[in-house]
Amino acid sequence: MTVALKVENLSTHFFTKQGVVKAVNEVSFEVPRGGVLGLVGESGSGKSMTGYSIMGLIDPPGRVVGGRVLLGGTNLLELDPEAMRAMRGSRVAMIFQDPMMTLNPVLRIDTQMIEAIQAHEKVSRAAALARAREALARVGIPSPDERLASYPHQFSGGMRQRVAIATALLNKPDLIIADEPTTALDVTIQGQILFEMQKLTRESGTALIWITHDLSVIAGLADHVCVMYAGRVVESGTVDQVLDAPRHPYTRGLIASVPAANPRGRALAQIPGMTPALLNLPPGCPFRERCARADAACGADPATEALADAHAVRCFHPHTEALPPAAAEGASP
Amino acid sequence: MLVFIIRRLLQSVVVLFVMSLLVFAGVYAIGNPIDILISPDATQADRADAIARLGLDKPMYVQYLVFLGQAAAGNLGKSFAFNIPAIELIFERMPATLELAVFAMGLAVVLGLPLGLYAGLKPKSLGGRAIMAGSILGFSLPTFWVGLMLIMVFAVFAGVLPSNGRGPTTLLLGVPVSFLSLDGLKHLLLPGFTLALLNIALIIRLARSGTQEALMMDYIKFARAKGLSNARIVGVHVLKNIMIPIVTVIALQFGSVIAFSVVTETIFAWPGMGKLLIDSINVLDRPVIVAYLLIIVTLFIFVNLVVDLLYSVLDPRVRLTDSGQ
Repeated sequence: MTVALKVENLSTHFFTKQGVVKAVNEVSFEVPRGGVLGLVGESGSGKSMTGYSIMGLIDPPGRVVGGRVLLGGTNLLELDPEAMRAMRGSRVAMIFQDPMMTLNPVLRIDTQMIEAIQAHEKVSRAAALARAREALARVGIPSPDERLASYPHQFSGGMRQRVAIATALLNKPDLIIADEPTTALDVTIQGQILFEMQKLTRESGTALIWITHDLSVIAGLADHVCVMYAGRVVESGTVDQVLDAPRHPYTRGLIASVPAANPRGRALAQIPGMTPALLNLPPGCPFRERCARADAACGADPATEALADAHAVRCFHPHTEALPPAAAEGASP
Repeated sequence: MLVFIIRRLLQSVVVLFVMSLLVFAGVYAIGNPIDILISPDATQADRADAIARLGLDKPMYVQYLVFLGQAAAGNLGKSFAFNIPAIELIFERMPATLELAVFAMGLAVVLGLPLGLYAGLKPKSLGGRAIMAGSILGFSLPTFWVGLMLIMVFAVFAGVLPSNGRGPTTLLLGVPVSFLSLDGLKHLLLPGFTLALLNIALIIRLARSGTQEALMMDYIKFARAKGLSNARIVGVHVLKNIMIPIVTVIALQFGSVIAFSVVTETIFAWPGMGKLLIDSINVLDRPVIVAYLLIIVTLFIFVNLVVDLLYSVLDPRVRLTDSGQ
């Protein structure tokens, strides 16, 4: 399988008056053509910022300070603003969390879809409209002709997310970054959207980065997983490796926190404490304050240690035993 | 849509009726015009004759009913001072005021919108901050003072622009206008800018806060993720979203600029309706005052109707049939 996207040591920092926030810290991963990478972590772990960094959508005071983002051999970080604009929406597309907010409320759907095509190609309005109609039909929107002339407020949340997905697909990108696109939707719609996305990416060979905090979504959708914590990737591997035999104490904590894994009547498992503030984060493992296995060694930065195959973990004291069967079941239904 | 307009017109009739009642009572309370209109040494017979001729001998409610009956037929009474129909007198002066108001509001939009957008897009830049500081001056300086200063600088010291009057007028579709000749345009510049200043400041502030708010929205981020050019994002996605409050203010201000251009017209001796109103109040020319106020009310009603229609163009979520209920 050829690699669609390769991210190497990507770092994005925010320079505020109080100090530097290392929102994305030396993050590396790759996604093959047609592959799905799950980017998992709590709020503030830097997973969305990783997506924005790839898209070149980091606003001041933030700045990508290092690393490479290789899309088919081109380093996106070296492109000038106009070349990057030409990439956005045509080679890399992004969909966002809240479908109620991503479509401009005062513009018709056809306007918003046609402009996405005409920003990259010189095509007639009629041709662009035909492509927009086809894209809407592909994501399962009934009577697309009628819907094209509608405004966003005439759609439900799930339908709006389908429109956003159709818009992202318009220019047949090599990569789509999906930033929690199903979080705001109810579970039946979520299931439908997941199914559609899986089908569409498989058909077109588009690589997909699925950003989420929901492990059950990842279990059913992704091939590979990167678990992020405090701006770093702490564990990565195939879905089976990471969800069934997690090595990092944080990954283990995340999986244990899924309510379905919990026997009825017992208190829900949780990770003590909260994610550390990223402002002027001291050196050492950022998880050590919340970790039962932490000792003096954790005051230093753990290196990423390659285990079997694709599996890698960033911890001095990784778990070696398998996950108790009940917990494993909960995470991958 | 049609139902909406008809209902609004019916509401307007009620507003006009109430307004006429208030204005009539108010003007009646100001004083007796007969003391001003007739020379003190007129005979008692002449005086009684004049009072009867103007209909001032009847009780107030009879005068009002007579006025109402005539108004229903489109006759708002004759000016006491000029002895010609009040409405004719006002319409004669109206083009001058309308031209001034349109010019001022045009200036306000042309200058205010780009400056406000710039200040919203680059709030921390030197230019953005200078614009915001300038806009504070714009709405805190009193109009009469700005007018006088402009006359001092451009007419007295520099001597490049005329200080008063309308200059030569050209007929455009039968209406005399100033802006078609260079000299007329020069006459328009100072009073136009004086009237525009407050509105420039208002539009700058609205455009800036609207832009800043819009830029934080997800749909702007999504538009950027689609690879749209900055020009398209600002010119279409941002602009169309911030136009709703701006259109409201433009329309309301347009009404007030027409209604209250009194000060500016007086300073620049601009022969418009505002100056006519001041003159009429000085001689207690009741029919002209009443007619003027009713015309202004009609104008406001019309402007508001246009705004409501514009809303439905700008914001698809506005349903005209709902807003009238």
